[in-house]
Amino acid sequence: MNTELTGIILMYLLLLVTAIPLGWYIGKVFSNEKTWLDGIFNPLDKLFFKVGGINTTKEMNWKQHLLALLTINLFWFLIAMFVLTNMSWLPLNPDANPSMSADLAFNTTVSFISNTNLQHYSGETGMSYLGQLVLMLFQFISAGCGMAICAMVFFAMKDKSTGNPVNFYVLFVKSCTRILFPLALLLALVFVLNGMPMTFEGKDTITTLQGDTVHVSRGPVAAFVAIKQIGTNGGGFFGPNSAHPFENPSYFTNIIETVSILLIPIAMIFALGYILKRKRLAYTIFGVMTIGFFLLLIPTIFNEIKGNPAIMQMGINQNLGSMEGKEIRFGSAASAYWAINTTVTSNGSVNAMHDSLTPLSGMFAMLGMMVNAFFGGVGVGFLNFYIFIILAVFISGLMVGRTPEFLGKKIEAREMKIAMIIALLHPLLILTGTAISSFLYAGNPTAYAGWLNNPGYHGFSEMLYEFSSSSANNGSGFEGLGDNSPFWNIACGIVMLLARYLPIIGPVAIAGILSNKKYIPESAGTLKTDTATFGLMVFAVIAIVAALSFFPALALGPIAEHFMLKP
Amino acid sequence: MSTKSNNNKLFDGTLIQQALRESFIKLNPKKMVRNPVMFTVWVGTLVMAGVCIWILTGEKSQGSIAYNLIVTAVLFITLLFANFAEAIAEARGKAQADSLRKTREDTPAKLIQPVGEMFVNEVKIISSSQLKKGDIFLCEAGDIIPSDGEIVEGLATIDESAITGESAPVIRESGGDKSSVTGGTKVLSDKIKVIVTTEQGESFLDKMIALVEGASRQKTPNEIALTILLAGFTLVFIIVTVTLKPFADYAQTPITIAAFISLFVCLIPTTIGGLLSAIGIAGMDRALRANVITKSGKAVETAGDIDVLLLDKTGTITIGNRKATNFYAANGVDEKHFIQCTVLSSMADDTPEGKSIIELAGINPLSFTINHPRFIKFTAETRSSGIDFDTTRIRKGAADAIRRLAEREGNIFPSEIDERVKLISSNGGTPLVVAENEKVIGVIELQDIIKPGISERFERLRKMGIKTVMVTGDNPLTAKYIAAKAGVDDFIAEAKPEDKMNYIRKEQSEGKLVAMMGDGTNDAPALAQADVGVAMNSGTQAAKEAGNMVDLDNDPTKLIEVVEIGKQLLMTRGTLTTFSIANDVAKYFAIVPALFITSIPALQGMNIMQLHSPESAILSAVIFNAIIIPLLIPLALKGVAYKPIGASALLRRNLLIYGLGGVLIPFIGIKLIDLFVSIFF
Repeated sequence: MNTELTGIILMYLLLLVTAIPLGWYIGKVFSNEKTWLDGIFNPLDKLFFKVGGINTTKEMNWKQHLLALLTINLFWFLIAMFVLTNMSWLPLNPDANPSMSADLAFNTTVSFISNTNLQHYSGETGMSYLGQLVLMLFQFISAGCGMAICAMVFFAMKDKSTGNPVNFYVLFVKSCTRILFPLALLLALVFVLNGMPMTFEGKDTITTLQGDTVHVSRGPVAAFVAIKQIGTNGGGFFGPNSAHPFENPSYFTNIIETVSILLIPIAMIFALGYILKRKRLAYTIFGVMTIGFFLLLIPTIFNEIKGNPAIMQMGINQNLGSMEGKEIRFGSAASAYWAINTTVTSNGSVNAMHDSLTPLSGMFAMLGMMVNAFFGGVGVGFLNFYIFIILAVFISGLMVGRTPEFLGKKIEAREMKIAMIIALLHPLLILTGTAISSFLYAGNPTAYAGWLNNPGYHGFSEMLYEFSSSSANNGSGFEGLGDNSPFWNIACGIVMLLARYLPIIGPVAIAGILSNKKYIPESAGTLKTDTATFGLMVFAVIAIVAALSFFPALALGPIAEHFMLKP
Repeated sequence: MSTKSNNNKLFDGTLIQQALRESFIKLNPKKMVRNPVMFTVWVGTLVMAGVCIWILTGEKSQGSIAYNLIVTAVLFITLLFANFAEAIAEARGKAQADSLRKTREDTPAKLIQPVGEMFVNEVKIISSSQLKKGDIFLCEAGDIIPSDGEIVEGLATIDESAITGESAPVIRESGGDKSSVTGGTKVLSDKIKVIVTTEQGESFLDKMIALVEGASRQKTPNEIALTILLAGFTLVFIIVTVTLKPFADYAQTPITIAAFISLFVCLIPTTIGGLLSAIGIAGMDRALRANVITKSGKAVETAGDIDVLLLDKTGTITIGNRKATNFYAANGVDEKHFIQCTVLSSMADDTPEGKSIIELAGINPLSFTINHPRFIKFTAETRSSGIDFDTTRIRKGAADAIRRLAEREGNIFPSEIDERVKLISSNGGTPLVVAENEKVIGVIELQDIIKPGISERFERLRKMGIKTVMVTGDNPLTAKYIAAKAGVDDFIAEAKPEDKMNYIRKEQSEGKLVAMMGDGTNDAPALAQADVGVAMNSGTQAAKEAGNMVDLDNDPTKLIEVVEIGKQLLMTRGTLTTFSIANDVAKYFAIVPALFITSIPALQGMNIMQLHSPESAILSAVIFNAIIIPLLIPLALKGVAYKPIGASALLRRNLLIYGLGGVLIPFIGIKLIDLFVSIFF
């Protein structure tokens, strides 16, 4: 078989082999069961709890969980705004990079706190090492918050209380110390050994064979890249992200990075099975997500390997597939695999230019973000999926002649209202955002000429991609878009904020309300939610709600472009 | 049953006329706004009408006037179809209720007028409509009972066939649980005095009619949740349609207002939105057709969720009553004497059991000469009955009751009787122990006959996930035998009224929904406690007030039908929602290419149905969207058939029919309509 495809299959198998046991481990950590890292981290955790004045035995309700999450986020938001707008004179700035403008700092801070990591700047010239360290910390905080709040929802889904108090701070600290930190440390070591820089010194200077002097940016890259991948963050240390040789030096590091992108999102599903003691439910959810993932992945790989029909017509050899905007050390298949891996998980890192993907691949990448529930970001991906489960439970419950219930709790008007608002939010933000930018551009193309490198359908795709990426908290871009302008900084900032917090608040509220309802034992008439049939139902709901609402927009962007390219 | 066959035809000429008229009246925006999905269509129609006028004043950019007029007309017809669905459901319900009500209108009532402090039989004949709550009227053989009420004096045989369709007359008497009479039924013999229990216009039937007519119909919780879902989908598609305008501007693709509105109307779930209230009304209507009057739509819905069903053994599981089949005298007791005693003890016992004892003994009780007889009635406390005369006290009753009686007087309970009691019980019989002067003299065996086909019904319920519980006054052994033979899941033996109540409470505390049927006043608390309480029409007023449904047939197996009606109601909503939303796939493929093809010819590749032209594609989609509503009205009214095959299998089945069908059918339908429309556009 084709070596490139073998590489992809091996990456996927390596992912499964590591993600499933990791899921059980995460389940144990959250359930307060013994793990082999207790010896090292118990004293550390205790120190955190003591310093932070956290009462670990205090049970928190869903509102308190949300309040804790929002407080942590607001606190760090203010600190980061300060650092980013003042980095020029703050320490750890060997390259003397300038401070950020207020709107760019707002965009960047929101982007990192919301786990989006959309970057309207380039790390080499736009960020000091102190700024990079703050952003690195954010990659831990946003991922840790996502996992902690997701674990709270898992516990709320249990029919009986475990006796262990569910406390946001405990879940949050443990997410960081027991899961993110050890994994990031391990990855960073592997990266350093494979040639990634890890230094606080400023730019290096080399003289090329031609005799030119070249300044090469460097920094604490290995540590940054590790958490960037493991926490579905994706914010690059350098502008080109993981296409940059210092962020992804070889095919080997590419394997490790690719696997680590989906690692925790998949593991969280198995953690759910472990915590709820419902393995079948975990397999059903995993199955639905995997099918969705493959439906996006397979045509993308196929399209990228096949090459671009327009280039084909020029008589250019495309034996390596469509290589425009791709790195030769990764190849077209692994780049396509990466593109779908990151867009389904809200990981904004790229190892190729998505702008240069063939039109349909670009569409599948966008669909991954528009659905945003096939694995999704750490923790929050499941919360999005949870909304679709609620909608599917409701419709299918009616279809079998019973008031809908999920895990023994009745779904009623109040939960439907929240679920529907959250399901609406994503299309609303993406379509409205793109509509406003289209309106501005169509009204006065010359005034906004700086926005689009490619007018026409591709330019439309660039705008649609930018808002999809912001709303999915993904962070990657169709880089043809000139996005460092007040409009894009502020518009995307607002979208990221709304799209981060409302889809956390909604599912947490539903889970909290449901957990307070009376538990109804299962009977033969109860619709089982851990079957293939129900999985199909959830998939259908996702396809109709998430995908169909974008159909007209996609028709004007990638689909129109695709048919134009067709020979 | 006579009333059931009255309106079996789904549509009838006068009903349709009435419904057509109603569909126009319902266009009133105040009424339309109750249904958010159809209200947006209403607004869309208005906008289109405006566009038509705009074109008539000379506007050129919106396409031909004919095309725009047709789109407007189709949208208007969509509204009418949706209104018609609701109207026809209402009309059918009303017709059904009217036919019940007709029987009791304007019958003469013999009002007993109070003279001074006392009621004397001074009778004044008035119209039934003039009766007020608290009035007492007289009914004699041959009279039609003018109003619902409760017998205060007397006993009568009554023909209730006008209501229940059951031709066998029933006995109603004052006091006890069979004291209720229904207006419109006919007294066959004897004379009764009846007190009017409800104000005119407030009887259950009147309440039901009001519910069906929509005046007091409130949306059920489930209907509200579904409306939220549908409103949500409508909002999604408002966003999709509105944002399409700047997208199209960017792509320099002009889109006509007609196309925008057509896209929007096709995408929002108009099919279920138009049929939603019809489905709810039809549910209550189906209940009425089964001769069950529901006090709220919610009760029908709840019935579909029932987990536990409490059924009285007698009449539900077994045919009528037990019959005596054997006499067993105690050792040392003359069999003849024992049989005589059994007959004596049953002289005043007019229960079917008592009568069957005399029948089996073959002795005329009047052949005895006894002095100063005093009959002891059965009570729930003593659980025995009998006769006292001279110095003799004969009692018959449940084994434990007679044992207590005997042992209290220091007499032993003979061991052979004890064994016999157990043997009879374990064979499903009921032992009645007889004591003479507190000494046990023998045991009578009563046998139950289980209704044919009842165990199949229980099997069906089990497959629905419903636990059946038999309630019986029998001892645990007998109860267990009958429970096993009939196939119920659990039983309450030696049940006292509070046992039912406790059982319901226990199940409810575990989160289950419980349904029960009852008739007596002592059932009232349990009927009120149960999530679905069906009172028999023959039952007492208290029972009828406590329950949330009244069964006109007094048929204890009716609960099973009610459960199925409830399930059908939810299923019809669910499947039509799925169908409606699944239709969007095909509609997208019809309309989206049509919107853009003129300016982006490359998108012809998306026109997978090969529709003729943009105009024909859009028209075909809106026409399909409109005519699917009346095509589905029969399904909405009859309900989707419930099959007890397990929830997952049912979901698979409905997903295949209504989900996959909902994706495929519009592809075919729109293509066919396009073939026709393309002749003109």
